[in-house]
Amino acid sequence: MRRIVAILTAAFLAGSMPGPAGTMAAADAAGSGGGAEPPSANAGTGAVARPARVVSTNLCTDLLALLLAEPGQLVSVSHVVHDPVASPLHQMAGAIPENHGAAEEIHLLAPDLVLAGEWDDPVPLAMLESLGIRVERFPIERDFDDARANIRRVAALLGVPERGEAAVAELDAGLADEKAPPWHERPVAVVLGAGSWTSGAGTLTDAVLAAAGFRNLAAERGISGMGRLSLEELLLAQPDLIIVGDTYGTPALAEERLRHPAARGLGRTRRVAMPDNLWTCGTPLLAEAVAMLRAEARALATERANLAGRGGR
Amino acid sequence: MTPQRLVLPLLGAVTLALFVASLLLGPAGAPAGRSLAALLTGDNPALALVMREIRLPRALLGLGIGAALGLAGAALQGYLRNPLAEPGLLGVSAAAALGAVLAFYTGLAALLPLALPLMALGGAFAATLLVVGLAGVAGGALTLILAGVAVSSLAGALTSLVLNLSPNPFAASEIMFWLLGSLADRSWMHVTLAGPFILAGMGLLLLLARDLEALTLGEDAARSLGIPLGRTRALALGGTAAAVGAGVAVAGAIGFVGLVVPHLLRPVVGHSPSRLLPAAALGGASFLLAADVAARLIAPERDLKLGVLTALVGAPFFLRLVWTTRRRLA
Amino acid sequence: MSLLALDRLTVRRGPCPVVDDVSFAIRAGEVVGLIGPNGAGKTTLMRACLGLIPAEGRVAITGRPLAELAPAERARIVAYLPQEREIAWPITVEALVALGRHPHRRPGARLSAADRAAVETALEMAEVSAFRTRPATELSGGERARVLMARALAQEAPLLLADEPVAGLDPAHALDLMETLGHLGAEGKAVLVSLHDLTLAARHCTRLVLLRAGRLLAEGPPEAVLSPATLAAAYGVSAFHAADARGPIVVPTGRIRP
Repeated sequence: MRRIVAILTAAFLAGSMPGPAGTMAAADAAGSGGGAEPPSANAGTGAVARPARVVSTNLCTDLLALLLAEPGQLVSVSHVVHDPVASPLHQMAGAIPENHGAAEEIHLLAPDLVLAGEWDDPVPLAMLESLGIRVERFPIERDFDDARANIRRVAALLGVPERGEAAVAELDAGLADEKAPPWHERPVAVVLGAGSWTSGAGTLTDAVLAAAGFRNLAAERGISGMGRLSLEELLLAQPDLIIVGDTYGTPALAEERLRHPAARGLGRTRRVAMPDNLWTCGTPLLAEAVAMLRAEARALATERANLAGRGGR
Repeated sequence: MTPQRLVLPLLGAVTLALFVASLLLGPAGAPAGRSLAALLTGDNPALALVMREIRLPRALLGLGIGAALGLAGAALQGYLRNPLAEPGLLGVSAAAALGAVLAFYTGLAALLPLALPLMALGGAFAATLLVVGLAGVAGGALTLILAGVAVSSLAGALTSLVLNLSPNPFAASEIMFWLLGSLADRSWMHVTLAGPFILAGMGLLLLLARDLEALTLGEDAARSLGIPLGRTRALALGGTAAAVGAGVAVAGAIGFVGLVVPHLLRPVVGHSPSRLLPAAALGGASFLLAADVAARLIAPERDLKLGVLTALVGAPFFLRLVWTTRRRLA
Repeated sequence: MSLLALDRLTVRRGPCPVVDDVSFAIRAGEVVGLIGPNGAGKTTLMRACLGLIPAEGRVAITGRPLAELAPAERARIVAYLPQEREIAWPITVEALVALGRHPHRRPGARLSAADRAAVETALEMAEVSAFRTRPATELSGGERARVLMARALAQEAPLLLADEPVAGLDPAHALDLMETLGHLGAEGKAVLVSLHDLTLAARHCTRLVLLRAGRLLAEGPPEAVLSPATLAAAYGVSAFHAADARGPIVVPTGRIRP
């Protein structure tokens, strides 16, 4: 009973520390790897011993491990990371063998650490734990602080905390790079991702849009997390920018939606396709996404200035 | 006027009211007066675009597809003399869904917007031909149901296989959500594609009135009364394939309408299988329009799926029905 | 001219014939009893007469080959009362009896005065007008049988094929129904009725056709067909034979085992 209470408390703390999490995590990065970590991991030996064989089963931990691990330390990554569309680092993943998250194949790799996502299939992970393999689960990042925490935690678990600090610094430098356009009013953007999903408040996408100087239409329409915006809402809101995420070319209902005859009513709206794999996960690549969107914002400002100039004459 | 004479005018009025509600209610939340003005006169171009290009096709599809589902359900229940019959029973819905899923999977849907509804229609007609091939042109109701169940399960299994083989998780979720049925953001293209099939199919089904009356006494008695049952079967299956297939093709698989609506209205029309046909068409249209309005009111940002709502509303009605039937039999 | 004429009618189910080379004819004014043991082919013969199942040989109705008659035209000449008393929906007795008017109505047309009169007559003849507004599915077995007979009567066809119409009826209603069939004969119509009650068959039919294993075993006046020798050959029973002023009495009394 006491243990359940402890877990619940820890989970509550982990879930409710948007601001201070980063700093706290930085303070004890050398210890257990950050405030968002479940308490069970505290029982481990921490980051002092550097694990020699690390397996990752989730795209986001794949990316972080690829960026942070020593050569040879990462023995297997999830198969998704080799997909050029889903993964921004598929070239980096190169010849690292892939896994499909099955307990059997992962156990045969004899890992001393498995990095997984909180929403991965829990059954094989529980099986691996019962076989004595250390499994670390990472929550989905909802903002830059979550991203910083996960970066530091992966670095700590891999025994390379200093690399984690460097990666966080790289991300922060990208975010601080202030070449924002001279807006009187921030432009409104909306992301239409695969499956015509859009990202509302409490998502990395929202954080990226905000960092690039945009208001997120989805968040303003009351969507939190993932949700859907109807075409008529788009038409009446007249956003300044529609970002079509080009994750997976094949069945893009988002595109289909913009081919609707009524979409001609979005004539003033600038459209841009962006690889949304840049902001799927909380990696330093987020800075790249922010930079791309800032460039869009500047282009938008020029466009509007020209339009206003022509209108004035 | 007897109460039964009032049934159709009443249902018609309800359908009309829900049609107007479907036009006026939406996530954009514009006042009714302004919306109507924009629809009719075209002032306020942005709102007029929404009304004319999004809301109107959506409301028309809700009307047509709901009517098709209700009518097909009533026709099949009458033809098979089985109150549990519904359009899905003959494999039409499952095969149309399979066609649509294949369009997704092969990427044709992304290349050519018409590919999806066309392949769904193709699936519906292929399934009907297969069912008739299996059950025979002159076969009885039971063989037809068996053939329908067989084709339906096969199509369902193949759909699952396609989902299973789907190259990426987004495609799979896209297909899953499509299968649940929705009228969101459909355009005039969908209306012009599905409309003729829905109208033609409903026309065929309405021709069944006499045959279904006679079939109340069984197949032999109906034939002895001069009903050519081969023609009856062709009308019932062809009409269902066209009307329901076209509906699934543009709106996904929407269950429960074809099952529940005829059931609810049957006592109201004195259990007459012919009077049930127009009543079930109007009832189906009302039901689907109401479900679509509800989907937009309850949680617009979640894009609630029609099939989910019709099942949520339909299942309790059905439970009540089972309950009263049980009490009557006890 | 005969209303119904069968010429070497044969119906096969798989290789073996269920009705085998049967020929007979029915003229206007006749009430012909079709008798024979279970499985003799009585129902199959009736269905073949209507073209409901494929058959070899020839069936002529009012002198015209069955195949030449359009379904609706045939339905105005021949009414059929199947043995199965299926009623799929709880429609009212009145509505059910009115179904018999289908062959006389254009699609979508309301009941004409003639239709309504025919329904009334049929309701009276079958003695079911008392429960005309009740749901037909809620009637007892015997009531249901009479309602379905009323439906066939409402068809007002010159020829009626009735498959075991008295099964499940109490003696009074069975007698009434057989009398009704007799009236049809007296009106110049013709009836082919399959029966298991030999006394009813003997007293109410003008002629009997006896089938056994698909073949026509005997045909003729009731007294001749119901002779002890024929009954023994057809059914394997002995019977008590008697007669009163209104006709013969035949009651099976014992089993004859070969």
